[in-house]
Amino acid sequence: MSSTRANDAPKETGEAAKPAVPDPGLKLRSTNLNFFYSSFQALHGISLDVNTHRVTAFIGPSGCGKSTFLRTLNRMNETIKGSRVEGEILLDNENILGMEVSHLRRRVGMVFQRPNPFPKSIFDNIAYGPRINGMGRRGEMAERVERSLRRAALWDEVKDKLHKSAFDLSGGQQQRLCIARALAVDPEVLLLDEPCSALDPIATAKIEELLFHLKDNCTVVIVTHNMQQAARIADYTGFFLMGKLMEFDTAEVIFKNPKVKATEDYITGRFG
Amino acid sequence: MKLSFRRKAVNAVMLALTGVCTVLAVGMLFFILGYLFVEGGFSLNWNFFTKLPVPVGEVGGGMANAVIGSAKVLLLATCLGVPVGFLAGIYLAEYAGGAFANTIRFVTDLLNGVPSIVIGIFVYTVLVAKEGFSTYSGGVALGIMMIPIALRSTEEFLKTVPVPLREGAMALGATKSRTIATVVVPAAIRGLISGMMLNLARVSGETAPLLFTAFGNQFWSPGWKQPTATLPVMIFNYAIAPYPDWHRQAYAAGFVLLTFVLMINIAARSIVASGFAHKTR
Amino acid sequence: MASAVTIPPTARPKGRASFLSRVFSGDSMAQALALSCATLILVITALLVGELWVHSALAREKFGLRFLITSVWNPVTGEFGALPFIYGTVVTSVLALLLAVPFGVGAAIFLAELAPPKLSDAMTFLIELLAAVPSVIIGLIGILVLVPMLLIVVPPIKDAFGDHPPFFFSGPFYGPSLLAAGFVLAVMIAPFIISVSREVLLAVPRDMREAALALGATRWETTWQVVVPFARRGVLGSVFLALARALGETMAVTMVVGNTPKIATSLLSQGYSMASVIANEFSEAIGNLYPSALIEVGLALFGLTIVLNALARLLIVATSGQEAK
Repeated sequence: MSSTRANDAPKETGEAAKPAVPDPGLKLRSTNLNFFYSSFQALHGISLDVNTHRVTAFIGPSGCGKSTFLRTLNRMNETIKGSRVEGEILLDNENILGMEVSHLRRRVGMVFQRPNPFPKSIFDNIAYGPRINGMGRRGEMAERVERSLRRAALWDEVKDKLHKSAFDLSGGQQQRLCIARALAVDPEVLLLDEPCSALDPIATAKIEELLFHLKDNCTVVIVTHNMQQAARIADYTGFFLMGKLMEFDTAEVIFKNPKVKATEDYITGRFG
Repeated sequence: MKLSFRRKAVNAVMLALTGVCTVLAVGMLFFILGYLFVEGGFSLNWNFFTKLPVPVGEVGGGMANAVIGSAKVLLLATCLGVPVGFLAGIYLAEYAGGAFANTIRFVTDLLNGVPSIVIGIFVYTVLVAKEGFSTYSGGVALGIMMIPIALRSTEEFLKTVPVPLREGAMALGATKSRTIATVVVPAAIRGLISGMMLNLARVSGETAPLLFTAFGNQFWSPGWKQPTATLPVMIFNYAIAPYPDWHRQAYAAGFVLLTFVLMINIAARSIVASGFAHKTR
Repeated sequence: MASAVTIPPTARPKGRASFLSRVFSGDSMAQALALSCATLILVITALLVGELWVHSALAREKFGLRFLITSVWNPVTGEFGALPFIYGTVVTSVLALLLAVPFGVGAAIFLAELAPPKLSDAMTFLIELLAAVPSVIIGLIGILVLVPMLLIVVPPIKDAFGDHPPFFFSGPFYGPSLLAAGFVLAVMIAPFIISVSREVLLAVPRDMREAALALGATRWETTWQVVVPFARRGVLGSVFLALARALGETMAVTMVVGNTPKIATSLLSQGYSMASVIANEFSEAIGNLYPSALIEVGLALFGLTIVLNALARLLIVATSGQEAK
C-alpha cells in the first residue's frame, strides 16, 4: 500500500456528508514504528498520520496489533514488562517518547475496552484527572465536572446522584462516565480501545453519537472490531493485519473502494 | 440400584463423627469463653482499670499500669510493623518481580515462622542487653512480629485490584506512585484495614517476646525507657502464682484481653464481609 | 506492503523524563521508600540469625554437638545439655498432634464436604475465633482448670491399670505434666489444622466430586476415596505447619508442663520444653555461658521450625500446583 499518508491524499469524496471542519491539520505522526513484547514483534514499521478534529479508526482481526498501536500512542504499553518501542511518534511535532509520560497522557486520553470506573463517587471519578494534574481550583471543579459530563452526554442522567458510587450506573453509563473522566483533563487526543465491545446496541448507539460530536474539540482515535461502526463514525480508517498496517485512507475509500486485496477480503467478509 | 445398608450406615456414622469433631472444637471455644466470662466477669471491677497491683497478701488493687503498658507497646508495635510491612507489601505487589520478589517472600515466611520467644531473644541481644528492659523494646519485638503478616496481607489485597483500574488512572496522567496512592490502595482499603486489625489482634496476646523486653513492673511506667507491665505478662505471672486472689485477677485480665482480641477479630471480619462493593463486572 | 518509505528508526531519546523531574514528582522516591522497607525485612532476618549465631558462640564452642545430646542442665557447675528440653518439646508436640490431627482433619472434612454451607460458614467463623485466642489464655485455663480436672480424672484411670501401668502412664502424678502440655497444645493447633485443611479440601476441583457422585458413591465415599486422597499432601502440609507452631509455642506449655529438666517415659511426669526454658530462665541467666546456652537452645528451636515450615510449604505448594493442572 506504500504507506499512504492520509494528509498526502486529501479526499473530497464523502467529506460533504460530514461536518465541515476547515483544513484538518496534522496531530499525530507515527513513523516506522516497531513494537516488541520481549522477543515477539507485535508491530512492523507502522507509519501513518492522524489529523486534527477527525475520527480515525483502526480495524482488523483480533491480534492484528491495532490495540497495541493505540496503546503506544499514549505509551500505556510501557507498563508491560519487557516491551520495547522503535521508531518515532510525533505529537504536534514533538516526539512523545521523550516526553514526561504523565504529561503525555494528560494530553492524550484513553478509554478502555471495559468500563473501569474507580470505586469512588461519580463526581470524584470525573474530578480525579483534574485533581492529580493540578487543574482547576476548588470552586471551578463542579463546573468542570458538569462540563465533562455534558460532553459525554451523561449529565442529565446523573446530575441528581453525583455523590453516589459510580458502580451504581449501568454498563453503558459507566463507559460514558469513563469518557467524561478522560475529557475532564481537556485532552487534545482521545484514544478509545473498542469502547463498545462490552455494551448493548442502545448504549453503543449513544456512544457513537457522542463520538461524532467530540471531534469538534479533540482528535479521536478509535479501535474497533466492528466494521459497521468504523464505517459510521470514522473519517479515516486503517486496516491492520498481523502487526502491519495494510492500508490507510479515508473511510470512504477503505469501505467502498479498497486498493489492497487483503483489505477488500476483510471488508467483504471473505477473510479468515 | 439400591445402596447397601452397610454403605448407608458408614455414610451416616462418618457424617456424625466428623460433626462431633467440629462441635467439640467449637465447644472448646465456648468452654474457654464461658469460663473467662464467669470467673473473669465476677472478678472484674472498676479498680481493675484504675488501680495499681497490690503486694501479696493485700486484697484488691488492679492492673491499670498493665492496661496502659499494653496499649503503649501495641501502639509502638503498630507504628513500626504496619508501615514497614505495608510499604514492603506495596513493593512486592506493584514494583518487584522475579528473583528479588521471591527472595523477599521466602524470607518473610521465614520471619513469620520464627517462634515468638526467639524474637524476644533477638530484641534482647540487640536492645535490652545494652539499655535494659524498656517499653520501647517490647514495642519493637511485637512490631517485628507484625511485619510479615502486614506484608502478606497488603500484597494479597492489592493483587485483587483489577489491572484496568490502574490503567484508568495512568491513562489520566497519574504517575505510578500516584495511581497506587489514589486508586489502588483506596480500592483495597477494606481488606487492608481488616488485615491490619487481625494482625494487631494476633500480637496483642503475645507474651513470650515481652518477657525479656518490656519485662514487667508493679508500678506506673512513664515514658518509653522503663520496663512496663503488660496484660499478657501479668496473666502469666498471676496465673502461675499460688495465691487465689491473684488467680482471680488473672481471670479478670484474661477476660479483658480476650474480649479485646475477639472484638477486633469480629470487627475485622465484618468490615470485609459488609461490603466488598467491587462489582467490577 | 507497508513501509516502502524507509525511515531509519530513530534511537530512543535518552531517558524518559529527567531523573530530577521524576524525583520531584515523588515517583521514584515512593519506589525507593517501598524498596527500602522490603530490604529492611531482609536486614532484620539476617540480623536475627546473626545475633543468635554470635551470642550462642560460647556455648557452641564449649559443648559442640554434645549440647544437643547430653541431659545435664546445671547453671551452677556450668554444664549445659539441652536434651531434656528437646525431648519435652518433641514429646508434647507429638502428643498434641496425635490428639489434634484426627480430630482436626475430621472437623475439616465435615466443614468442607459434608456440612450444609450456612452451618459450615458459622462453624468456620467460630473456629477462626478459637484460633485467635492468645496462648497465655489457653495456658491460664490450662493451669487453673485443666490441671485440677486431670488431677481428678487421671488417678482412677491409673488405678484401673493396677500395679503395672504401661510405661507412658506410670509414676506419680502431680498435675503439671507432659500430658497436660500435650492437651493444651492440641487445643492450640487444632483450629489451625482445621482451617488450613479445610481450605486445601475446598481447593479440590468440583468435577472430581461430581464424577464420583455420578457413579453412585455416597457423600462419605466420595470424600474419603476421592477428595481426601487428592488433598492428601496439602493436609499433611497443614500438619507440618501445626507442628512448627507447637514446637515454638511458649506460654501455654510453660504454664502446665511442670518445668523440670528430666527425661521420663511417662506422660504423667513433669517435663520441660525448649521454649519454656528460655522463657523461664533467660531474664535471670547470669554470667556468659548460661545465656549463651539458652540462646543456643533458641537457635536450635529456630532451625527446627524453619525446616518444618519449609517442608510444609513445599507440600502445600505441591498440592496447589497439582490442582492447577
